[in-house]
Amino acid sequence: MAIIDIKTEITGNVWKILHQAGSTVTEDEPLMILESMKMEIPVVAVESGVVQEILVKEGDTVTEGSVVARIED
Amino acid sequence: MLKKVLIANRGEIACRVIRACRKLGIGSVAVYSDADADSPHVRMADESVHIGPARSAESYLQVEKILAAARQKGACGIHPGYGFLSENASFAQAVIDAGMTWVGPEPQSIRNMGHKQNARELAVSAGVPVVPGSGRLDSSDMASVTQEASRIGYPLLVKAAAGGGGIGMRQVTEFAQLEAAIGATQSQAESAFGNGDIFLEKYVAKARHVEVQVFGFGEKAIHVFDRDCSLQRRFQKIIEEAPAPDIPSDVRSRMQRAAVALAESVQYQGAGTVEFIFDVDTRDFYFLEMNTRIQVEHPVTEMITGLDLVAMQLLYAGGMLKALQQHEVVQHGHAIECRLYAENPDKNFMPSPGTLTTFELPDSETGIRVETGYEQGGVITPFYDPMIAKIVAHGADREEAVRSMIAALNNTRIQGLRTNKAFLIACLRHPAFNMQQVSTRFVGDHINELVAPAKAA
Repeated sequence: MAIIDIKTEITGNVWKILHQAGSTVTEDEPLMILESMKMEIPVVAVESGVVQEILVKEGDTVTEGSVVARIED
Repeated sequence: MLKKVLIANRGEIACRVIRACRKLGIGSVAVYSDADADSPHVRMADESVHIGPARSAESYLQVEKILAAARQKGACGIHPGYGFLSENASFAQAVIDAGMTWVGPEPQSIRNMGHKQNARELAVSAGVPVVPGSGRLDSSDMASVTQEASRIGYPLLVKAAAGGGGIGMRQVTEFAQLEAAIGATQSQAESAFGNGDIFLEKYVAKARHVEVQVFGFGEKAIHVFDRDCSLQRRFQKIIEEAPAPDIPSDVRSRMQRAAVALAESVQYQGAGTVEFIFDVDTRDFYFLEMNTRIQVEHPVTEMITGLDLVAMQLLYAGGMLKALQQHEVVQHGHAIECRLYAENPDKNFMPSPGTLTTFELPDSETGIRVETGYEQGGVITPFYDPMIAKIVAHGADREEAVRSMIAALNNTRIQGLRTNKAFLIACLRHPAFNMQQVSTRFVGDHINELVAPAKAA
């Protein structure tokens, strides 16, 4: 069991959050969708596990490389 | 004559329209969101009004705020640019209802052309060819399906009548595959949409996107030649040129006449573009859609004709442009436009917002034209489209235009974010591009050859 940081690869705005803390997710499942320059870009779970924390809310601006969620595998 | 015009847009097209206003002695009013308070378009305009937060939905798409800004500054007309509210018939109507001049076609033209089926019917009645297809078919009646299939010809696509976005679409290259494809599409459509009806459409394997610029004066319209916009990635155009290369002259004139016929059939007013699919193998062309606004790529047409399409829009809207005759419009040489985007070729072209710490563009010398809404130190935010600048090159022929475009891109220096500059140069240097073998598949077919040099650069 380890806590894994989920980072965003792009700078953008949080458009929709799809999972809350406590949710079980499988590898590659989108946790949230970001919006940047008219594109919708999902942030996916890099491994299967349980969402520990969602660190952003809808409408927030996130920068490339920042941690937006944590999951425990 | 219009005295003062509000530009309901941002970025390079807002700057472009403000420049045209200045040339004609028309006052200009810019609008801006929080994200654009320091943008060049705001400083370039005579006056400006803040219209809300960064998100377009709360600013550039706010009809009431824009109308209020126009009233506040006493603007008598509104130019919508492209994107945002430019093809919103209700906005056009609201501008007219507010007693102002809408710099664009009549709301009814926008509405008619915005509805795909409607536009297709208008094209058919104006005698413009459309992609051959069947109406809705009952998939259990194989006799009718087969008959329609042989009328349309192979290869063809089987599509779910209730579908969209390519769901349930299958390609059929010969009769032997037809029945199986119908069965599979039918059952998938049944479960996905609760309706198993299908239709058939001709499949254009190797297509080019060719469009004709038109200018309508109501009863009469003229064409302002054609453009090729086949080089696209993710349905975004990246390189456009005028005239469209390598099209037989009889096909080209039929295409131009078809565009004029469509514009005249709806008594079109002002600048518009009729888009076609050009089948590289059969040399047939089919109506795709009509854009009822100025296009991003209008400069290539201006470079070969010497016309100022935006100034023409403003003059026509103000009742100051006499109807041009077709023979008065002539073209010289060849023009190419490249769209510089803030995107990262190493990460599958993901958006790359950031600050333009270095921003050096080629000089606007003879044959080179640069359109941008940004300056050094400016920020490309995630809120709007990723286009940083358009670079346009004109030459005596295509080869010369390509050469000077490559030179212009090499003289462009951007730091602080990633761009597609090296990718654009790789496209322009690619043998298939230089042999005029462009199609909408170009980027997909050659992606490895195009991205590898872009990465190395």
